[in-house]
Amino acid sequence: MLKYLVGRLAGILPVLLVISVFVFGFVHLLPGDPARLVAGPDATQKDVELVRQDLGLDQPLWVQYGRFLGNAVQGEFGRSMKSKRPVSQEIGERFLPTFYLTVVAMVWATLAGLLIGVASATRRGRWQDHVGMVVAVSGIAFPSFWLGLLMIDLFSVKLGWLPTSGYGTWQHYVMPSLTLGLGVAAVMARFTRSAFIEIAREDYVRTARAKGVPARLVVWKHTLRNAMIPIITMVGLQFGFLLGGSIVVETVFSWPGLGRLLVDSVNYRDYTVIQAEILLFSLEFIVINLLVDVLYALANPEIRYS
Amino acid sequence: MSRSPAAAAAAAIDALTRSAGPAPSLLSVEGLSVAFAGDDGPVRVVEDLSFSVAPGETVAIVGESGSGKSVTSLSVMRLVDYAGGRIVGGRIRFTGRDGRERDLAAPSADSLTGMRGNDIAMVFQEPMTSLNPVFTIGDQIAEAVMLHQGLDRKAARAEALRMLEKVRIPEPARLLDRHPHQLSGGMRQRVMIAMALSCRPSLLIADEPTTALDVTIQAQILRLIRLLQDEMGMGVIFITHDMGVVAEVADRVVVMWRGKKVEEGPVEEIFRAPQHPYTKALLSAVPKLGALSGQDLPVRFPLLVVDDAKAGAAPPAPPVQDTVRGEAAPLLEVRDLTTRFDVRKGIFGSLKARVHAVEKVSFAVRPGETLALVGESGCGKSTTGRTIMGLQAATSGAIRFDGVDTTTLDSNGQAKLKEKIQYIFQDPFASLNPRMTVGFSIAEPMLVHDYAPAAAPGQSRRRAIEARVAELLTQVGLRPEHARRYPHEFSGGQRQRICIARALACDPKLIIADEAVAALDVSIQAQVVNLLMDLQAARGLSYLFISHDMAVVERVSHRVAVMYLGQIVEIGPRRAVFENPQHAYTRRLMAAVPVADPGRRTRDLRLLTGEIPSPIRALGDEPAVAPLVAVGPDHFVARHAIGGDF
Repeated sequence: MLKYLVGRLAGILPVLLVISVFVFGFVHLLPGDPARLVAGPDATQKDVELVRQDLGLDQPLWVQYGRFLGNAVQGEFGRSMKSKRPVSQEIGERFLPTFYLTVVAMVWATLAGLLIGVASATRRGRWQDHVGMVVAVSGIAFPSFWLGLLMIDLFSVKLGWLPTSGYGTWQHYVMPSLTLGLGVAAVMARFTRSAFIEIAREDYVRTARAKGVPARLVVWKHTLRNAMIPIITMVGLQFGFLLGGSIVVETVFSWPGLGRLLVDSVNYRDYTVIQAEILLFSLEFIVINLLVDVLYALANPEIRYS
Repeated sequence: MSRSPAAAAAAAIDALTRSAGPAPSLLSVEGLSVAFAGDDGPVRVVEDLSFSVAPGETVAIVGESGSGKSVTSLSVMRLVDYAGGRIVGGRIRFTGRDGRERDLAAPSADSLTGMRGNDIAMVFQEPMTSLNPVFTIGDQIAEAVMLHQGLDRKAARAEALRMLEKVRIPEPARLLDRHPHQLSGGMRQRVMIAMALSCRPSLLIADEPTTALDVTIQAQILRLIRLLQDEMGMGVIFITHDMGVVAEVADRVVVMWRGKKVEEGPVEEIFRAPQHPYTKALLSAVPKLGALSGQDLPVRFPLLVVDDAKAGAAPPAPPVQDTVRGEAAPLLEVRDLTTRFDVRKGIFGSLKARVHAVEKVSFAVRPGETLALVGESGCGKSTTGRTIMGLQAATSGAIRFDGVDTTTLDSNGQAKLKEKIQYIFQDPFASLNPRMTVGFSIAEPMLVHDYAPAAAPGQSRRRAIEARVAELLTQVGLRPEHARRYPHEFSGGQRQRICIARALACDPKLIIADEAVAALDVSIQAQVVNLLMDLQAARGLSYLFISHDMAVVERVSHRVAVMYLGQIVEIGPRRAVFENPQHAYTRRLMAAVPVADPGRRTRDLRLLTGEIPSPIRALGDEPAVAPLVAVGPDHFVARHAIGGDF
């Protein structure tokens, strides 16, 4: 197991290097002169040259890349072009709200999806299955801005139970996480149902019944444990997407997260911030993939020992 | 065993009554009918079935696919409810250890949980998929013990260990913490048996428990079940399609056909004087090892069809297969063929070991001849076939086909070669594209190879190919209009006929039949074997017949090569190899085949153990290949110690 983990970790390094090359190239691939971009449209040629020297853009490419890599490892990405604050600070403030919101949404959505999926699968073709799947399809089909606005109207405006927007107390989390998680819960329910039905056909599930394992344990121990393998993949993917920050949900609820930062930085062409965000999103996916692989190995002994 | 005093007393009374009167039945199935949901209402797959099992007795239920034998076994366990079936009539009376009689057909399936695995246990056909891959062997056996006997985890684990010893697993303590994927098929089936017997059930249902295993392993498992049955005094229901296995294990036989019992009786009577036409037809199709002793040439199965048997007509004596053109140059010559696979491991995929799948194999196939390659899993027989076909690159050695060295051919020549060598695979369900019509599947090789069938004057190529497809379908015993249908509309036997028609499309000279009849029911198997032999007689085809089934090989082949661990250990005329086997492994293989004759049942109950060794070897550890030595006309044997002593 430890060997497996070390192997997986070693496999990450080349991926990170490739990504860093792309992120580094990002600024250089843009049309126009990056120095002119930083200096601004009104700057004189002399100012542009100064900026070029200041940013080290007059150095050979590989020296620039080396410096970029060295800075990136220390979390140093320069200053935001818009706010002139360090990018690391800018992103650091936004990361945690998005991360917390994502975790809350993922936890409830995964649990609900699993329960609905298993309930539907074990009552396949009966009314519970149909109801579960209608709810799931609706959950995928409902646009989240519409659902968010609807909830604000009901719980904040009419009933006054929850704050309309903002970030801070647990009440602030309720509506954004519900809105954000609904689609995930729906996808998880459908996915769990089909994974579960497939595993329930396996010979070893019949074996479990033949040795007198009670129905409850057949479902939760013998079937679900095997069905978890594809489900873990799905959870990982969904988690990765949500960590990027949901633009719609964060906008509707004025959540100070990465999704809104991304929109803002794109609007202002704040390239240093965009650069850092790309790197962060890639890193998040890599870490999640690693976690998924570890969970895989825990769930499936065949992977652990190969 | 922790048993309550009341249960012990009941057992004692039970034992008294047993000694006094006729044996009371353990299980008595009366008028059982089982239905599955179909497109037009429920379909009855078992109808009005009655039979009984006494304590200590083995009842074999035999029949072919669709006969309802497996559904019957699932019904007794009431597992049929979870497979979509429903008991629609009849009673299943079972007397448990407590001496109380219960009707298992009456209550809900879930309420019988406490009885399953405790009073009645089951062993299934597929050892590879019947164990849960995510739990250890020890946990899976202990689970049943904890559930039914209320033992704690530690005691259950000790009991699991004891059961593993009972089924003669080497190093049982180490096995407890292993996962199923680390075990061979034979070992997994032993684990299944250990699990089934862990609560000392009074009835064991074995549903084709050895069908997926190699013959030498099958012999081990059959003996093990008989031994443990004697020891525990269980009743056994043995579901099988293999009459050889029936003859080996059964006391009484129930023959099922299309959901109904057609005949029942003691095993000797069923084999000696079958009454029902279906039983007669079934027995006529069973390949019996030794059926051709004293004859040099292969002979077709003297097949009875059910209607003939009713009329009582004896089948006409089938012609012998005198098709070998011995004077002609060999069609296929294989010299010192070696195929190895690298085993790579670790992050950088460094070479760790090699699979020595085929090692210096040499043989020749003459025009019109059938050479059988026989052996058990992993002996390299399929790899040999695939290498000849060019599906697998050879490591070294020469293959000459029709006088041409195939290893030197360019891609064009390789394609031409594939036109003249065709392959028939084991699984007729997986080897036809479900989205293509049967006609297209048969025509495709002609299109790929740009093969022009003989055309009538003025006939377009398209019409000529259509006519050819119709002709091929007729030749394999199907009808021309079948060309427009899709594979799912055909049975397994019909699909294998379609595969044969496809193989014949470009008028090949050699057909490599890789376990081509292994997945078929015996009566279908016999028909397909006869078809292959008819086609050989009509077209002078050569076959490389790859099989694990010694009895079928005896029927079909002119010459036989026995493979073991990638090497040919014995090769010669079929009669010489079967009647005078020289290599120890050949003799062991023959001895392991169950003979479809209860009079020749193995009395020797000594347990066999041992696994089929692995062809994976460390780097640089080259296997020794002994030269073949002549021991008779055209009969050669390897004189070395692998696979047995000399």
